[in-house]
Amino acid sequence: MKKLLIILLLTLSFGAIANEEIELQSAKIDLSDNESLQRGAKHFVTYCLGCHSAKHIRYLRIAIDVGADPQKVLKDIAPEGASIYDQLHSAMNKHDAEKWFGTQPPDLSLIARSRGADWLYSYLKSYYVDTSKPLGVNNLVFKDTAMLNPLWQLQGEQHAEQRKTIYGEYTKLIIDEPGTLSEKNFDLFVNDLVNFLVYVGEPVQLERQRLGKYVIFFLLIFLVIAYLLKKEYWKDVH
Amino acid sequence: MKPTRLNACGDWVLDRFPVTKFWNEHMAHYYAPKNFNFWYFFGSLALLVLVNQIITGILLTMNYKPDAKLAFDSIEYIMRDVPWGWLVRYMHSTGASAFFIVIYLHMFRGIMYGSFKHPRELIWIFGMLLFVALMAEAFMGYLLPWGQMSYWGAQVIISLFSAIPVIGDDLSLWIRGDYVIADATLNRFFAFHVIAVPLVLVMLVFMHIVALHEVGSNNPDGIEIKESKDPWGHPVDGIPFHPYYTVKDIVGVAVFLLFFATVIFYMPEMGGYFLEHANFIPADPMKTPEHIAPVWYFTPFYSVLRAIPDKFAGVIAMGGSIVVLFLLPWLDRCPVKSIRYRGGIFKKALFLFVVSFIALGYLGTQPVTPVATILARLFTTIYFGFFLLMPIYTRWEKTKPVPKSLTKDHSLEEQLHAIEEQFPALIEEITALKPVATEIGHPAFKSSFFNRRPNPVGIKNVATRLAKKLIESLD
Repeated sequence: MKKLLIILLLTLSFGAIANEEIELQSAKIDLSDNESLQRGAKHFVTYCLGCHSAKHIRYLRIAIDVGADPQKVLKDIAPEGASIYDQLHSAMNKHDAEKWFGTQPPDLSLIARSRGADWLYSYLKSYYVDTSKPLGVNNLVFKDTAMLNPLWQLQGEQHAEQRKTIYGEYTKLIIDEPGTLSEKNFDLFVNDLVNFLVYVGEPVQLERQRLGKYVIFFLLIFLVIAYLLKKEYWKDVH
Repeated sequence: MKPTRLNACGDWVLDRFPVTKFWNEHMAHYYAPKNFNFWYFFGSLALLVLVNQIITGILLTMNYKPDAKLAFDSIEYIMRDVPWGWLVRYMHSTGASAFFIVIYLHMFRGIMYGSFKHPRELIWIFGMLLFVALMAEAFMGYLLPWGQMSYWGAQVIISLFSAIPVIGDDLSLWIRGDYVIADATLNRFFAFHVIAVPLVLVMLVFMHIVALHEVGSNNPDGIEIKESKDPWGHPVDGIPFHPYYTVKDIVGVAVFLLFFATVIFYMPEMGGYFLEHANFIPADPMKTPEHIAPVWYFTPFYSVLRAIPDKFAGVIAMGGSIVVLFLLPWLDRCPVKSIRYRGGIFKKALFLFVVSFIALGYLGTQPVTPVATILARLFTTIYFGFFLLMPIYTRWEKTKPVPKSLTKDHSLEEQLHAIEEQFPALIEEITALKPVATEIGHPAFKSSFFNRRPNPVGIKNVATRLAKKLIESLD
């Protein structure tokens, strides 16, 4: 019996083997913050839509979900000439994309579901100057990324520095040239963008969480009634 | 009552179609042991999940496109543009995982209480065929969303067939219909997933239940209730399935649905176990994901596959890990059915088996490392040891005397009541009064819980008692 327990404990402890990935910064996701989502949508169309599409969502759906007037969405968020029923199509066609980048930039509709919010948040903040790369930049979170830094004017230029501590080595990014946004405002900017991407990943999230309460409330009542019924039937079984 | 036109209509049908007879044989006059416990909910729950999968599946096919170019987008169309499509899809995807949870618990119940033994061998065989059909159903269904994991998971599993000597390559080519997983594969998997395998499943469920109702249900005591009957020919320890177990199973259904709804509405991805993160990326035949892991319910068998260094031997071992379950009724030589009256060696073996099954499942989700491989080999050995050594260790088992009729099972309320009664004594034991009682404070506050501190000696005593009880229960 003792041996069994020892084996069990040993196997459990192997589960705790640390992984060597970079620690991600956490994004503050709040899908009920309509203003943040509207800002995020605006940032997305301005800074991402040039190359990336989000073909699984329409402007009208965004307008409804973030509580904005469709006309306002068309005017403020959507690019010139888009219809409210359009999906978020990119301006860049496949042929050009392959010529310029070697591959078509991925559709971002589901990027938050495959990568996670924290990854996106950290990724967009972790570009640094690396002159050995064709694009002149590299990324701490996604090494040798094929994407250039679309937000460099806002964030400024960073360089990577190796630091040593008693826990081991780690890389720190230091801003050399400040961008147009302060560090705090840049964080907010990226956070809004990621918040929007999380929303786009599954637009129904808030709706399902709202409905879930009623379903679970109903099931609890159903459980009580079912249990009382069972008790009534079973009282003569000994 | 005066014969009305409606009654006449009813009689007309009943004279020609035995609805009442069928109802009585399988529900109202089917006698089941009266001491079914928690573990006996999972049969009816499996049926519920099957119905859920069929209904939501039919709804999904109305908008799904089995085409390599359209499949991924059509799923997102269902999730976003089809009214309630997201709910139907989550019910189907969560239902798939729920099916396996329910079935694994159902099978564990069978092993624990000896429900596979004489005279129920055939029920077990039908059940195992159901399990295999369910795995095929799940495997083919997982390709349909056409995500990266769908694609590469199917690629890995089908390439296993090419490990078979001589015919391997041709066989896997024949299964895929192409040199890689492609549109042809998706189309045929769709056909199997929506009609061929479900038909087999429904037929097997029918046979499983007919066989069960022929010999009667086993029970936690593992004794045959048909052996002692009252003057009317009904088992003394039996009660009609309807209404007793129908109303009881409804309670089980309610509890199950609570969990089910919680997952659907609040955690449909289940941290990447029910819906894998990488499957939100469309299938790309040119880009192999770094880490390919099957969905959680296949991981124990996948671990067995990876544990064996040789590919073909691994395939044999993986197949063997399922085939060996079919042989269970003949591997177990112990005449006693229920774990309650079986010897300690079986209890320990079963415990080890459960540990190794869960550990293999965990290891299957993780990337291969040298340590993980050694562990996987160890647990694979235990897995097979449980079955293959069974003819030996079950023969020497020191069993306890089996009672003639069902023992009384304490109901949940009685157990809760007992715990409630013991609770103050337990608190008394694991805590001690603070040496200096605070002077200020309400008198009622003085000897209350807040004036106490943990008592290490008491906690140690309680823990030892608990551990001793656990060890005792394994003997």
